[in-house]
Amino acid sequence: MIRQKWWKILCGVLLVYTFIAGFLGSVPAKPILNETIRNLYFHVAMWFAMMVLFTVSVIYSVRYLRTNNHKYDIYALEYTRGGIVFGILGFTTGSIWARWTWGAFWSSDPKQLGAVIALLIYLAYLVLRNSMTDMDKRARIGAVYNIFAFAMLMPTIWIIPRLMESLHPGGMGNPALDTHDIDARMRVVFWPGAVPGWTLLGVWITTLRIRLAILTEKKEDLHPAPNQARKLRNA
Amino acid sequence: MNSPYICGPKPGSISSAKHILTLFRKDLLLEIRQQYTFYGVLLYVASTIFVLYLSMGGPESTVWKGLFWMMQLFICVNAVAKSFLQEGKGRLLYFYTIAGPKDFILSKLLFNALLMILMSLVSLGLFVLMLGNPMPNPLSFVAISCLGGISLSLVFTFLAAIAARAQQNAALMAILGFPLIIPQLLLLSKISNIAFEDVLQGGLATMSAVLLGLDAMIIALSLILFPFLWKD
Repeated sequence: MIRQKWWKILCGVLLVYTFIAGFLGSVPAKPILNETIRNLYFHVAMWFAMMVLFTVSVIYSVRYLRTNNHKYDIYALEYTRGGIVFGILGFTTGSIWARWTWGAFWSSDPKQLGAVIALLIYLAYLVLRNSMTDMDKRARIGAVYNIFAFAMLMPTIWIIPRLMESLHPGGMGNPALDTHDIDARMRVVFWPGAVPGWTLLGVWITTLRIRLAILTEKKEDLHPAPNQARKLRNA
Repeated sequence: MNSPYICGPKPGSISSAKHILTLFRKDLLLEIRQQYTFYGVLLYVASTIFVLYLSMGGPESTVWKGLFWMMQLFICVNAVAKSFLQEGKGRLLYFYTIAGPKDFILSKLLFNALLMILMSLVSLGLFVLMLGNPMPNPLSFVAISCLGGISLSLVFTFLAAIAARAQQNAALMAILGFPLIIPQLLLLSKISNIAFEDVLQGGLATMSAVLLGLDAMIIALSLILFPFLWKD
């Protein structure tokens, strides 16, 4: 699947469709929102991609713990990194949108807080991994933390918005992703175009990084770095 | 769960309960003999609250509540970190041969929950003594602070296990734990309104239920995941 071409072409087509239809297509004219409503195709779809990447990462962490196959650890790590990149993108597009609708890039809205918490949790995952040098241990403890953090993150996303008042669409009676709420013209761009398009792009970037990581490891096995070779000779 | 890492005695329900109790008693006995964690943290709490008293006297109720939960967070990091970091490599190996990982983590969860209940009550007493009592219903806050102490101790016990396996100090535990603990702290500070306000908002019972559900989930996760941390 990784080496096949069709889904990469599909990803390109979907994103071109998202951009063309997203910027030129007609959207409902709403007060305050105006043209920023087009951010749905970018900001919301990027969050979808992030959630998919984090979920896949957890699945690989579980598979690592079940099989102890080192390859799955690389998968889990790279999917997390991909998720973090899309998290930062989603956060940035969200704050640019907030600047023009709420009046400020940052207004400590619960959704913004939730996004920062999620990013901190996954950055802590990277810190935890880097704190260990033993490869097996790093993989196993990393996988355990990844599963624990994911399981704690999900309730966070559901709890925090219910505890605090939010300006974000989807809370306090504002329209958001409810199927009745999206205009039919926008639905045909959002669901078939933007969401799978951005998700596939995330998967594509991640698979490239996975292949790079596996190749780097193979190269180090074949030709150890000079100081490592010296160590081997001395031993 | 059929994990290859579970060794030690067969996990029968009676022997397992016995193991948990024995391990728990050992932690308790160590604590009573050394009297290090309790008095160490007690001094830490007392001096911090005294500094707060010197700098602000009697704060208003929102500040009081915020400070209280922040104190609980730092007490928890300090008190719970010791539970795994004090076990040397050799001693862990010994436990590995005599008990299962699930018994071990359960005994630690139990001991730390008890320790945190005690510390929460002590710090609540000191708070009322030094910073005044802004609550109309102080009795319900006693129950809430026990619940809070248990919730915090569960999360940090598991994170202490991770940090100890990574051979790191308490700093790593704080990095891992602070983002994860935010939802529980928010829930707790909302639930605290029961004690702080005469007029109750709706939904507080639901929030308490959510918090208990979270606690149950953390215990379940610890039981599932700890066997993988156990083996070296």
